[in-house]
Amino acid sequence: MKKLWRYLPALPALMLSGCTVDLLQPRGPIAEMNRDVMVAEFAIMMAIVVPTCIATLYFAWKYRASNTQAEYLPTWDHSTKIEYVIWGIPSLIIVALGAISWYSTHAYDPYRPIQTADNVKPLNVQVVSLDWKWLFIYPDLGIATINQLDVPTNTPLNFQITSDTVMTSFFIPRLGSMIYSMPGQQTQLHLLATESGDYLGEASQFSGRGFSDMKFRTLAMAPEEFSAWVEKVKSGSENLDDTTYPKYSAPQEAAPVQYFAHVQPDLFDGIVAKYNNGMMVEKTTGKVMHMQSASSAAPSDTGMKE
Amino acid sequence: MLGKLSLSAIPFDVPILVGTFLGVAVIGLAVLGAVTYFGKWGYLWREWLTTVDHKRLAVMYIILAIVMLFRGFADAIMMRTQLALAYAGNPGYLPPHHYDQIFSAHGTIMIFFMAMAFMTGLLNLVVPLQIGARDVAFPFLNSLSFYMTLVGALLINISLFIGEFAQCGWLVYPPLSEMQFSPGVGVDYYIWAVQISGVGTLLTGVNFFTTIVKMRAPGMGWMQMPVFTWTAFCTTVLIMASFPVLTVTLALLSLDRYLGMHFFTNDAGGNVMLYLSMIWTWGHPEVYILVIPAFGVFSEVTSTFSRKPLFGYNTMVYATCSIMVLSFVVWVHHFFTMGAGANVNTFFGIMTMVIAVPTGVKIFNWLFTMYKGRVEFTAPMYWTIGFMITFSIGGMTGVMMAMPAADWILHNSLFLIAHFHNVIIGGVYFGYIAGMGFWFPKAFGFKLNEAWGKRAFWCWFVGFYLAFVPLYVLGLEGMTRRMNHYDNPDWRPWLLIAEAGAVVIALGIVCQLTQLYVSIRDRNLPENLDLTGDPWGGRTLEWSISSPPPAYNFAVIPDIHGLDTFHTEKQLGRRAHNKPLEPIHMPKNTAAGALIGAFSFILGFGAIWYIWWMAGLGLIGIVVTMILRSANRDVDYYVPVSEIEHNEEVYSRRIAAAQAAE
Repeated sequence: MKKLWRYLPALPALMLSGCTVDLLQPRGPIAEMNRDVMVAEFAIMMAIVVPTCIATLYFAWKYRASNTQAEYLPTWDHSTKIEYVIWGIPSLIIVALGAISWYSTHAYDPYRPIQTADNVKPLNVQVVSLDWKWLFIYPDLGIATINQLDVPTNTPLNFQITSDTVMTSFFIPRLGSMIYSMPGQQTQLHLLATESGDYLGEASQFSGRGFSDMKFRTLAMAPEEFSAWVEKVKSGSENLDDTTYPKYSAPQEAAPVQYFAHVQPDLFDGIVAKYNNGMMVEKTTGKVMHMQSASSAAPSDTGMKE
Repeated sequence: MLGKLSLSAIPFDVPILVGTFLGVAVIGLAVLGAVTYFGKWGYLWREWLTTVDHKRLAVMYIILAIVMLFRGFADAIMMRTQLALAYAGNPGYLPPHHYDQIFSAHGTIMIFFMAMAFMTGLLNLVVPLQIGARDVAFPFLNSLSFYMTLVGALLINISLFIGEFAQCGWLVYPPLSEMQFSPGVGVDYYIWAVQISGVGTLLTGVNFFTTIVKMRAPGMGWMQMPVFTWTAFCTTVLIMASFPVLTVTLALLSLDRYLGMHFFTNDAGGNVMLYLSMIWTWGHPEVYILVIPAFGVFSEVTSTFSRKPLFGYNTMVYATCSIMVLSFVVWVHHFFTMGAGANVNTFFGIMTMVIAVPTGVKIFNWLFTMYKGRVEFTAPMYWTIGFMITFSIGGMTGVMMAMPAADWILHNSLFLIAHFHNVIIGGVYFGYIAGMGFWFPKAFGFKLNEAWGKRAFWCWFVGFYLAFVPLYVLGLEGMTRRMNHYDNPDWRPWLLIAEAGAVVIALGIVCQLTQLYVSIRDRNLPENLDLTGDPWGGRTLEWSISSPPPAYNFAVIPDIHGLDTFHTEKQLGRRAHNKPLEPIHMPKNTAAGALIGAFSFILGFGAIWYIWWMAGLGLIGIVVTMILRSANRDVDYYVPVSEIEHNEEVYSRRIAAAQAAE
């Protein structure tokens, strides 16, 4: 603790020297909240941990056997007053932390959409974790990328996340909260970037041999730049559909960035349906639909029947 | 005939493994050769391998734990070295195939075969002595438990040289651990090693629970039990409640892998989160299974070396019991990032924080035990004070991650790794080493060397902070766990510091070995000998008998009048025996535990490699041995009064000699 404590005042200096402490230098409201909660907790806990550590050392030193001057009470083992204090203070701290916990968990639930002051239209991104790379589908724009996530700043980002392999976790440290990606299931995450920049994105749940390189760049840019980028991607020639998907989703380590000018509209739903007997819940009607596409073909080794 | 096993399963092409194998083989042959040369096989078999004496089983458990500490630490320092090298295009010296096995093995071995074995060893050594019992409730089961643990440890270490180990982390999360993604035998090694040792742990739980409930000396009510026994009791309750969950979870995973079922597969209705939920229903109580007995050790050590009764005994008992109960309602905090609703996350977050209250109370109790005492700075006390500081910090970072909103960014990061090493090293390991130093004279009749013990402490203490504070920082810098190479220049200096920390910890382990060597060498020096059986001025019953105690522990079962009866009676002048000696009913040694262990090994090895005749043979062997053992009526004997009298006389002479020396 002594060391951690000593390190903390030096943090600003370290940052100035060019070091990035991702979690302490947020670039969006969610990450800011994550940091504030963490720092608040740290400060509150310090109020009890530091005195405890000091008291430990002080009592041990003061009541050392060689110090015969110190008072010695060889049978003293109880004090109701002290017991009230030692149960009371931790309890009060936990009540305070519990209140912060209740508030922040609800207010910043990853499933809760972000509303900006000027009601900017959110950008939808469908995220698929593959072995060992990330596929980003922009369903409203009809494009997709591998291992690079471009987003406009100050625009709410609505992520829908699934996996077409083992489970892992989708995390952009400087934008905040992470969420698991799981095959056959869709999770949601809502983030927002306030500043342009190039941020690390990563898989944070171990997923096999290519895990260490399962990283992606998150490029946050002004909305105009983002539009220009979309046009650039659209001018490319690669397509992502039932015929090309198997090739691009095959296991690959340290996969390069790839752009897709066109993406088949129901690709993401097909990937989710693949692990649910080809079934998919239609979001608007709540009806169970049957998906028909190569991406939703049941894996060969299961011996599933219609 | 040999299932999946062929010569290609032996990694001749990996120089590190060939070297390790040669090293292990040379040491193994040297030990076997030495035993043969000195003609000790008969002694070893009669006195140790077939023993049902809880004190000897304790020694064997702790030896196993120390050997496993070497293995687990070798894994740890290999990982740190890999990350010190594998920067910016340098692949390091370990390929992913190897690195992934190492981090999986490190966690599995340290938890199941180092910490669990050490904990069980301490329970074995201390609990019957503290409650005035002559053995545990089921002495044969105790021997069986040990062999189950040993077989698990053997299987996991054999995976180094035959085949491979799991490459999906110490809890083998599916779907990565399913056949589709891990077709090798690594996960099967994990499953069988953990399942077999799990049987042993569950039996230990039942055994010690029964022992504590039924075999306390007359007059020892619940609230007269020593605190270590209380913590042992809570741990056994947790073992009995949680280990069956582990067994079932891994059994379901085995059904997936062996019979193509779909509990945790991606498709056909399998659900990964079901596995996470089940494994952590065991996994969270498991960390309390490990740390609660360490709390017991600290309570005994602090009160003995502060020359005062423990402050707030009742509070300590209530706090331990509330931790025991609460540990079952926090498991979801291991996956706050799965996308559960805010209410679920809040509930488990707050429950986790609530555990900090009784834990904090315990720290304050130890603090006020030192207050107005006469603190003697023995090595166990060093570990205790080091623990109080380190554990407070570990607890703080734990509460930080208990907040879902913070865990959403800290989950799976090196911050998490730093946190749990902070509590496992600073809490569990420091506690067990304090306990080993404290009760070593009871087991062997001489003390451990203090100077080397303190050197070991300083190396571990400084090494711990050097190795893990950088990991906290790396976590804040966004580095996730289980990476085997990286490009971020900001991470590099911290990983180099962490490597230095691992080296300092290695020095700590060297100091501990030196401590053992020096202590054994100087065991007959008068200042090291424990003639009285009470080297520290202890308060509880284990110090009222000779060191080492006779097989039957107590010549006369003591009468208990309250907490720390032994201490009270010492204050009033040592009590003379006033009860007549009677022949003592004791269990006979048996080879059944070792035999069942051997057959379990055959069963496990056969099942791992799909050698079904072999697995069948192992299973039949287990059942037949069980039946024969159950049918055997010649399992006990009486220690004659003459022998007890003789032992008592020797002990009295030793006490007299010690008093004369003073």
